[in-house]
Amino acid sequence: MALLEVRDLKTHFRTDDGIVKAVDGVSFSIEKGKTLGIVGESGCGKSVTCLTIMGLNNAKSTTTTGEALFKGENLLEASGKRLRDIRGNDIAMIFQDPMTSLNPVHKIGDQLGEAILLHRDVTRRQARARSTELLKAVGIPHAERRLDDFPHQFSGGMRQRVMIAMALVNDPDLLIADEPTTALDVTTQAQILNLMDRLQEEFGSAIIMITHDLGVVAEIADDIVVMYAAKVVEQAPVDDLFKRPHHPYTWGLLGSLPRLNADVERLVQIPGSPPSLLNPPRGCRFNPRCSYVFERCKSEEPGLEPVPDDHEHLQACFLDEATKELENRKLQAGSLAGGPM
Amino acid sequence: MFRYLIRRLLWAGVLFIAVTVVTYVIFFIIPADPARLAVGQRATPETVARARHFLGLDKPVPVQYALFMKRLVLHHSLGRSFTNRQDVNKVILQAAPVTASLVIGGVILWMAIAIPIGILSALRPRSLLDRMSMMFVLIGISAPVVWIGLILQYFIGYKLGWTPNAGYCDLLNTQGGCGGPVDWAYHLILPWTTFAILFAAIYVRMIRANVMDTMNEDYVRTARAKGAPETQVMRSHVLRNAMLPVVTMLGMDIGIALGGALFTETVFGLPGLGKLAVTSIEGVDLPMIEGVVIFSTLCIIVFNVAVDLLYAWIDPRIRLS
Amino acid sequence: MPEELLVVEDLKKHFPITRGIIFQKQVASVKAVDGVSFTVNRGETLGVVGESGCGKSTMARCIMRLLDPTGGKVIFDGRDITSISQAEMRPIRREMMMIFQDPYASLNPRKRVGFIIGEALEVNKMGSGSEIKRRVQELLDIVGLNPEHYNRFPHEFSGGQRQRIGVARALAVNPKLIVCDEPVSALDVSVQAQVLNLLKDLQDEFNLTYVFIAHDLNVVRHISNRVMVMYLGSVSESAGRDDLYNEPKHPYTGALLSAVPVPDPELGRQRKRIVLEGDVPSPINPPSACRFHPRCPRFHEGVCDVIDPPVREFGQEHTAACHYPLEGWPLTEEQMRRRSGEPVAS
Repeated sequence: MALLEVRDLKTHFRTDDGIVKAVDGVSFSIEKGKTLGIVGESGCGKSVTCLTIMGLNNAKSTTTTGEALFKGENLLEASGKRLRDIRGNDIAMIFQDPMTSLNPVHKIGDQLGEAILLHRDVTRRQARARSTELLKAVGIPHAERRLDDFPHQFSGGMRQRVMIAMALVNDPDLLIADEPTTALDVTTQAQILNLMDRLQEEFGSAIIMITHDLGVVAEIADDIVVMYAAKVVEQAPVDDLFKRPHHPYTWGLLGSLPRLNADVERLVQIPGSPPSLLNPPRGCRFNPRCSYVFERCKSEEPGLEPVPDDHEHLQACFLDEATKELENRKLQAGSLAGGPM
Repeated sequence: MFRYLIRRLLWAGVLFIAVTVVTYVIFFIIPADPARLAVGQRATPETVARARHFLGLDKPVPVQYALFMKRLVLHHSLGRSFTNRQDVNKVILQAAPVTASLVIGGVILWMAIAIPIGILSALRPRSLLDRMSMMFVLIGISAPVVWIGLILQYFIGYKLGWTPNAGYCDLLNTQGGCGGPVDWAYHLILPWTTFAILFAAIYVRMIRANVMDTMNEDYVRTARAKGAPETQVMRSHVLRNAMLPVVTMLGMDIGIALGGALFTETVFGLPGLGKLAVTSIEGVDLPMIEGVVIFSTLCIIVFNVAVDLLYAWIDPRIRLS
Repeated sequence: MPEELLVVEDLKKHFPITRGIIFQKQVASVKAVDGVSFTVNRGETLGVVGESGCGKSTMARCIMRLLDPTGGKVIFDGRDITSISQAEMRPIRREMMMIFQDPYASLNPRKRVGFIIGEALEVNKMGSGSEIKRRVQELLDIVGLNPEHYNRFPHEFSGGQRQRIGVARALAVNPKLIVCDEPVSALDVSVQAQVLNLLKDLQDEFNLTYVFIAHDLNVVRHISNRVMVMYLGSVSESAGRDDLYNEPKHPYTGALLSAVPVPDPELGRQRKRIVLEGDVPSPINPPSACRFHPRCPRFHEGVCDVIDPPVREFGQEHTAACHYPLEGWPLTEEQMRRRSGEPVAS
């Protein structure tokens, strides 16, 4: 049984302008101890998907349908209390901006302690010891002393480490990381990704990594889900996705990346911009921007179908196999100019 | 931290001197003659001149100021009233507790109203409660204090007879027919309400805005993601941060109010600093005016510095920089 | 006409830190930019790469005289503009324009797009009202926006479109130099590609010179001819683009190149990443001698923390400030730690 299985998840927000369909039929699953990357640009619904799973949306203005089965239990139907038991305990989440994600007026020892004491019946002294242990595990020097410091006394990279420590303190089965390195410098990002990799081995948690950075996801993920306009457009194990992508949006994403090891005069440009989620286009949501569009795309929505001879690789596009193979070969040729890094 | 404190105190001293000088200057620009007022309309020019000499008004202004400062620093005395030769120190120290009673009771009342309403409005924006509280805010800020006082005085004090109309009863001593804590509080109910309404309105709006902003902060989301129940999120994360700026404002407002809640004291006939200020200006009584100004300036300065220090202490970002 | 459009010599910008009860006395300074020198030729793009605190944005503002340099020289188009007055600077401002990072904050939300783009033209009296309007519409077209949207407000455009408006604004007065301060960092990948392509096209069409500041090495590589790497206020390495990316000489450049995640899982698995320790230090208290020494895998005690690293040349205008420049590339962290022989004398 998969650790987390999401089936046809839909999250609609009621706003003054109408109903924003932020997530509109998303399905994926993740196994114990693996890493799933959810990739997409801003507004595609990747963050909202995970916030919905955790039950962190504003209940009054949100309608959610579908299933999110965590170890067989549907989180979308769980009571408030049950969700609070799970949050920070079985499923933990870390967010993008470490500078603002910690309460500035509480010591980090207290904030780590809070995470522990909410879910474990231990003394403060024991909680403190566990906090120190975690701070050491994430590589913060002078861990014991630093427990009494405040967030503003840490740098951005250090704060993100503290966030990671806080998330792992109760040995969660699943860690959801929402753009954890986007706000960090390149060398700090490398440190954090390295750390997360190491900790995954040590703690055995599964990781869902949400990001817009295909490079990050190539480094750290086992499987990848590509989202566009509140839907999943492609899903595959990481090597497959980069070697044989099957969706024009994925081609566009990969082609638009400037590379260290390739020389292109012009980057692939996806024309236009992502659609409004108040009123998404009919048929395939990518059709207004797709260079391969034909009639069927504008009226019918493609379902997520497996690629021939690979049931792990799913894609939502009507284009025929032959064209896709051709595109893939072009893409590979373009990106293989130049030697290894 | 220490350096900061020293700097604040030095500036406080400068401010103090500036305020007293300005008061003197303004006083002597006003075209009124305290000497004449002191001796009455029908006095002869010689009497007026004698009065003027007696009151020291024939000396040049800077000399008068210097004498005043000397007396203040060396003898800690603010002089004697021009109108009735009373010792200014004594008069002020009699009036101060009255104002203090009004202000402190008023503060407690306005915070007791503003905090729960502000928080509940923030938690349920655009609900009926929220709309009603915003209406209250609008009325409270727009209605003049005098009008509120008079309305309350008329309907509750006079028509319904639930509370006394005016007058002050001392907290401890009994004199003139009333005294003791019960009488004291009873007479202050309407003044407290009048005084508190304006501030309550301002604070409801401020607290509501602060709480709403803080609820959207990332660290509140982190707390929820850890599985904290909503009460803990509110108490430990939202309020702890949202109330910080409120503390600052509160300190400053208390400082200002202690200088005399003019309107409320006048409407309800409370012999506090506000009323004293009004009568001493009408009577062109320089020492008394100067006395009230100095006292209220002192209160404002003290409270401002105290609030700065308090804020610096409770916000670790400032304390530990 | 000389080939160099912009020459910067030993530029310094120090921000004072003061202490004192009554009289503020300067006790220290933040050395945001501390001795940066480079040249940009006409029609060329110089990429400036560095992480937070390296001083690249401060340097950009010093070049544009939005900040006054504390030391050094800025020579623009043959003229020394380092200390001239703001009045003298005004006619020169037409020739150097800037594109900013945040497309949401860099456009005045209360002004219409037509005004935003045409403001510089009006200020410099470059045409009548109708001429300016025509020019603005022309510019909207050039950057790929609809000229009919002349009267719209910024909030009616997406992030990528707003950045195009920023480009149009910079282009309006036909500048010689455009300083781009992280122009694509806040944009989505697909939109990023649009803006980068646009910048490249415009450079070809109008013979523009760019100073392109970014923290993303991939982006810098795509658009630059020459690249300069900054660390804590000084230049650690400077080279032609291919030289820098294929044969970096400074260990920091090596670490940066190694840290960039590559969108190729197989390649990612093959290479051994160099992970630096510690955080980027603060410019208030920079490390002694070589700024990079606390984090450098090649650190040699007694040399790197005591003697200022010499600026070595590696042919083809490739310079690096290091006692133990890299001897090959790619290297693993292990290999990087192995220094050979004595420090290179300057």
